[in-house]
Amino acid sequence: MALDRKIAYIDLTTGKIEIKPIPLDVRKKFIGGRGLDAYLLYNHAPKGCDPLGPDNPLLISGGILTATCASATARTHIMAKSPLTGLLGSCNMGGFFAPEMAWAGFHHLVIKGKAEKPVYLWIHNGEIEIRDASGLWGKSSTDTQWAIRKELGDEDIKSAVIGQAGENLVRYACVMTGIKNSGGRTGMGCVMGSKNLKAVAARGTMDIKIAHPIDALEHNKKFIDQITSAKVNKTQGTLGTPFIWGATNCWGGVRTRNFQYNQMEYADEIEPEAIDDIATETIGPHHMTGCFGCQVHCRAQYKIQTGLYAGRYDEGPEYTSLGAFGGEPDCKKAETVLTGNHLVNQYGVDNLEIGSMISWAMELYELGILTNKETDGLELRFGNDEALLEMVHRICNRTGWLGNVLADGGIPASEQIGKNSFDYLIQVKGMNNLHSDERATPGLALNVATASRGSDHLRSRSAIDLYHLPENVLRKIYSSPVPYDGPLSSEHTEYIGKPWQVFWQENCYMAVDCLGICKYHTVFLGATLPNFEDWPKVIYYNTGLGFTPKEIWDVAERCNNIERLFNLREGLTRNDLKKGDTLNHRYFDEPCRRGAPDVIGARIDREKFKVMLDEFYEHHGWDKNGVPTPDTLERLGLDKEPTHLL
Amino acid sequence: MDKFLTVYADKCTGCRLCEQVCSVMHEGVSNAAKSRIQIVKWEAEGRYIPMICQQCEDAPCQNVCPVGAISRDKDYGFLNVNYEVCIGCRSCINICPFGAMNYNQTTHRVFKCDLCGGDPQCVRFCEVKAVDFVASTVLSAQKKREGATRQSEAKKNTGRRRRTRIIPNRDTSPTKGRRGFKIPPPLVIAV
Repeated sequence: MALDRKIAYIDLTTGKIEIKPIPLDVRKKFIGGRGLDAYLLYNHAPKGCDPLGPDNPLLISGGILTATCASATARTHIMAKSPLTGLLGSCNMGGFFAPEMAWAGFHHLVIKGKAEKPVYLWIHNGEIEIRDASGLWGKSSTDTQWAIRKELGDEDIKSAVIGQAGENLVRYACVMTGIKNSGGRTGMGCVMGSKNLKAVAARGTMDIKIAHPIDALEHNKKFIDQITSAKVNKTQGTLGTPFIWGATNCWGGVRTRNFQYNQMEYADEIEPEAIDDIATETIGPHHMTGCFGCQVHCRAQYKIQTGLYAGRYDEGPEYTSLGAFGGEPDCKKAETVLTGNHLVNQYGVDNLEIGSMISWAMELYELGILTNKETDGLELRFGNDEALLEMVHRICNRTGWLGNVLADGGIPASEQIGKNSFDYLIQVKGMNNLHSDERATPGLALNVATASRGSDHLRSRSAIDLYHLPENVLRKIYSSPVPYDGPLSSEHTEYIGKPWQVFWQENCYMAVDCLGICKYHTVFLGATLPNFEDWPKVIYYNTGLGFTPKEIWDVAERCNNIERLFNLREGLTRNDLKKGDTLNHRYFDEPCRRGAPDVIGARIDREKFKVMLDEFYEHHGWDKNGVPTPDTLERLGLDKEPTHLL
Repeated sequence: MDKFLTVYADKCTGCRLCEQVCSVMHEGVSNAAKSRIQIVKWEAEGRYIPMICQQCEDAPCQNVCPVGAISRDKDYGFLNVNYEVCIGCRSCINICPFGAMNYNQTTHRVFKCDLCGGDPQCVRFCEVKAVDFVASTVLSAQKKREGATRQSEAKKNTGRRRRTRIIPNRDTSPTKGRRGFKIPPPLVIAV
């Protein structure tokens, strides 16, 4: 039974391990995955704790549906207080780790303390062991995984590991599993590194009993048909996420040269079809691979063709790698993108963050704020491919003055660089933005400004906004399971109705993360994909637990509120440029310079944005400062938090 | 019945959905260790090969069984283990060249593919058709045509250097993207 998976408390300082069941009433309240992690973080992290100290709990989890007979239940969620933002740290990765952990008997791990020397956790059929990892320290992310398999003599072990970036406490280091699956954002790899925890290895052969196996199987087939019939998923399955980059670039929504432009020119060599050609040539016509139980298979496989790393196998590049090593630094070579993607996978560092940081440094260099003295003679100009890749090495190894400074994350780096460098840092809550430009899309800008883990597109992006769907279609999607009769607009450049869309998406993505499934299987890129109405059956057939769509919505709202409570406790205030729900001034002051007619000249209107934010808070039941009102907390059963149920 | 499970390993995306549905279908549990089909992976090189019982004509498992517990199903042609007779010596696991005979650690019994009674779930769920359930004659005809197409292509190209990949004619002028999308020139007000 999925419900009999346990929670384990591991203290790395004392070596004490405690295993407990997860009570049903907690499941009903938080479901699992990210939702339960948020509850655990709020309860276990002391107020104002040092993100790199032993008190910061590292939470690793799978969702309630992980490894059951539902589609794409591959997601692993990782949470802690972030060393990058000082607020909520939260990341989510695909691959095969969470299912293996569920087969080994666990849904949630709470890792506290700090080991004296490098260790790794070995989770095997209901047992957890802390093992010496001295031999693994210094290894890259994939080498670590293969070494663990060799040491334990099982080729089917799946591990969540850190690379050298995590060991060197780069503030935005990832947790990696497989070749390229990474829990990228907010520096959870850095938290692992601070605990001297090199890896968590899992292998399990324990049954997950399905409550109604034949129903689950038949329903899964229907579900899969719904998912594979969406055109967007077919395209994903051919080109991977770069297809979005190609389309967005044509339209003028790709951030280039650190927000100076919104479209990349002469991008022929790194357009998705060109990358697809390289993958076909090096790996073969069927070069796509997928995460556990997923038919979308959106990960491309490739080999680097030329250069220092020629012949190396890797997976991707994703949308963000194209942005990080293509659009942002204005580098136009496929080799640079593919090599950069390989390097971040090996070092275990967030490609999005590192790409943005280097591009920011490039703009500062061109402005004269950084000079050759700081860069140790490196010509850190836009379009300099060698300098870009050199900076990746320097940041991950913390070599050179600038490498060391940039490894500390945007805001600390801007304090060390000084002058007006902060003005050019495109961040929200201390985390850099995705390589997309939201100036022409106020709804998406609101999403970026309010995402709970800092600037992020996977928390509440109403991406279907760009499809210009008829209003009645939008209304059908957005007025269930909670009725909504306010305004809605098919026009992406409008401000009206967007707060509700972002609010709805926020709850939708939270529900998905609680279930442990992928966002490509819900209303993210495809409007026809499953949402609240479709999930109760999946949960019931697989676990026997009954939920109504409204109950799932309530859980999502509860979990979002507890994330908000955590952020408020750690110092979030509405208008704080460094820790608030605001955008960089460039969103408001600099109009878009390129792109389609509806994009050129677009920028966010300050006043309208303020009204939008007010309305967004109102939908949540928060006051003007973004603080949940006592009534809201009581309605969601959060008025007595922290309750320490687990 | 002549149909058999055939594997197109180059199409496999390694998602293991087949393992998931197989164990749910047969055991009512999700557990890859109890699946009849298993995907063997070389992750460092990105190669995935689904391994499954080939229902051999001259089956080593049937031949080696000391008590004759393995017999062929009359309707569907798969090899079936009779648990009334099986003594659990695991000789069949040892001899199978495909590793297709498995061992259930809960019931302490061997188990193998039974083609789901004619509707293999792995085939039903595999979206890329890396596993297929076809008649040998159909497969053979299909392979013939594929081979012939390759030869035909080669013949077409006789006298020219053989090209394995068609490189599209890329227009690199600044006003035209690769797929014909117009990218407007940069505005002069910039900078």
